[in-house]
Amino acid sequence: MNIHEYQGKELLRKYGVAVPNGKVAFTVDEAEAAAKELGSDVTVVKAQIHAGGRGKAGGVKLAKNLDDVRKYADEILGKTLVTHQTGPEGKEVKRLYIEEGSDIKKEYYLGVVLDRVSSRIVMMGSEEGGTEIEEVAEENPEKIFREYIDPAIGMQPYQARRMAFNMNIPTDLLKEAVKFMLGLSKVFIDNDCSIAEINPLVTTGDGKVMALDAKFNFDSNALYRQKEILDYRDLDEEDPKEIEASKYDLSYIALDGNIGCMVNGAGLAMATMDIIKHYSGDPANFLDVGGGATAEKVTEAFKIILEDDAVKGIYVNIFGGIMKCDVIADGVVEATKQTGLEIPLVVRLEGTNVEKGKEILEKSGLNITAADSMADGAQKIVSLVQ
Amino acid sequence: MSIYINKDTKVVVQGITGSTGLFHTQQALEYGTKIVGGVTPGKGGTEVEGVPVFNTLDDAVEATGATVSVIYVPPAFAADAIIEAVDADLDLAICITEGIPVLDMIKVKRFMEGKRTRLVGPNCPGVITPDECKIGIMPGYIHKKGHVGVVSRSGTLTYEAVDQLTKAGVGQSTAVGIGGDPVNGTSFTDVLQAFNDDPDTEAVIMIGEIGGTAEEEAAEWIKQNMTKPVVGFIGGATAPPGKRMGHAGAIISGGKGTAEEKIKTLNESGVQVSATPAEIGDTMINVLKERGLYEKCLTHEPQV
Repeated sequence: MNIHEYQGKELLRKYGVAVPNGKVAFTVDEAEAAAKELGSDVTVVKAQIHAGGRGKAGGVKLAKNLDDVRKYADEILGKTLVTHQTGPEGKEVKRLYIEEGSDIKKEYYLGVVLDRVSSRIVMMGSEEGGTEIEEVAEENPEKIFREYIDPAIGMQPYQARRMAFNMNIPTDLLKEAVKFMLGLSKVFIDNDCSIAEINPLVTTGDGKVMALDAKFNFDSNALYRQKEILDYRDLDEEDPKEIEASKYDLSYIALDGNIGCMVNGAGLAMATMDIIKHYSGDPANFLDVGGGATAEKVTEAFKIILEDDAVKGIYVNIFGGIMKCDVIADGVVEATKQTGLEIPLVVRLEGTNVEKGKEILEKSGLNITAADSMADGAQKIVSLVQ
Repeated sequence: MSIYINKDTKVVVQGITGSTGLFHTQQALEYGTKIVGGVTPGKGGTEVEGVPVFNTLDDAVEATGATVSVIYVPPAFAADAIIEAVDADLDLAICITEGIPVLDMIKVKRFMEGKRTRLVGPNCPGVITPDECKIGIMPGYIHKKGHVGVVSRSGTLTYEAVDQLTKAGVGQSTAVGIGGDPVNGTSFTDVLQAFNDDPDTEAVIMIGEIGGTAEEEAAEWIKQNMTKPVVGFIGGATAPPGKRMGHAGAIISGGKGTAEEKIKTLNESGVQVSATPAEIGDTMINVLKERGLYEKCLTHEPQV
């Protein structure tokens, strides 16, 4: 789960990590009031969407007076920003963050992520701030420094000092830098983050080490114990079909193609997308109905797939295993009837009671094409949607 | 022979009275697995399916002499169950549970340092040695006893590969699901090493997916050490970056963990990578024929 920059900064503040003063605004009037209250010489008007690259897309403006604040707020609110992370359709701005301007001396990068190889949390820092860390990793890998955090004792002050020295943060700001890093590592661990990225982290003319931006991502498996973080969830930023799917414990991701997929198991679901592509088709989605698919789940999955107007055919690929194929077949027949399906449907069933399952599909009198194998099904659906 | 588990393996089920634990205990008993005990705190002294239930894993191990546990405990309590298994000094703990917070697994791994217990999973189908011992949620009947080892990050895709082999008459020595989470107990390399050392395994199928670098590490190990042929498949070639494809570990981030990169590295290490998931079995059969192992793999004659 992602949160907005202003929410991330609120979280940082709670842990004593320095951030510029700022307020969220949903309207132009609120933006002006926020700027008045901040009372700084320069005010930054920032679009709040769950994507990076806002500045380049015109979503961040410097205002020198309250009229400018109004002007920019009016301009950005309701605007659809297209950045390298939003996709071509872009994202509509519904919230603004009004922040005091900072006297930036230098920009740095600081991030905390999971390191899968060591099974540890790692803090990464670099004096190459402001740019994408992937670019730095590509061009100047020696300029990225890492501190691995022992889960038994947390990040230690000496590690933060070593990081600050490696990043060439001025020695007179060492204490501030250490406080910042230790605080950030604590935010990460206490709140079950999966990414905490401060880009840029800045040093300022008045001797501060501050987070100018804040990008957080949280481990969805841990949200059950992070009620406060869950309150930050902004459903406007998520795909409505993905939200609907999550209600039924279905794992759904929208893609650009025209073949709807319904599969059990994440690995098989990915492989099904791959094989459709292999036969020159184009999957419209990733959809894992999970291990315990019931007739109700299958019906909901069908509805979600069909909400996508681009879908011209559906491929159901189920390896029943312990799940019984006749149960799945009943679910498919029920879903087909309920949704009044008019587009081609190819079903491949394998596993327990597969013969019974196939019989149910045949006897249903519905226009369902049966497939003998995963490849056979993929070829059939691809030719049917052409 | 086989790896990790065989007909003599004594198994304890952690979370035996929950609906998932109970169902799969019944299935395992039917298959012939020696389930000797179960653990559910507060239900010690009772019995389910003829299996005695204990309050603690220590009690269960002491009473039954079990060396392996399987964990069906809900995600919020699973890390505790794994640590209990490691503390009981078991040979092997297999965690089926899906959805354990990553930070919990990081703590588990830290606790496991210097301990001898092997953890398989979490978020995996389990381990099966056909006709001998089934621990986990995989359907037993699709397997056939034989000489091909299978290791995979995915559940249903493993069934797909196993089914292709069985239908072609090629049996399996052991099939291991290592799970789809970013932090897990057993890596591809661990399992490949075990198969390499197992006299009953002639060749290995390795099924990976996008995300992380586990397949690349395995490829490096194969290049240096593997004496047996390996056939691979990588799921997720068409997955978009930045999206978590069901499994917590299946995500391409920062341009890392793409299928393309993994397939390339595996090919360079001499692994034949199947072009589609439907051809994993055929790819293996071709390799077996090339190496003169096909006839041997059509039947099962134990080699001790």
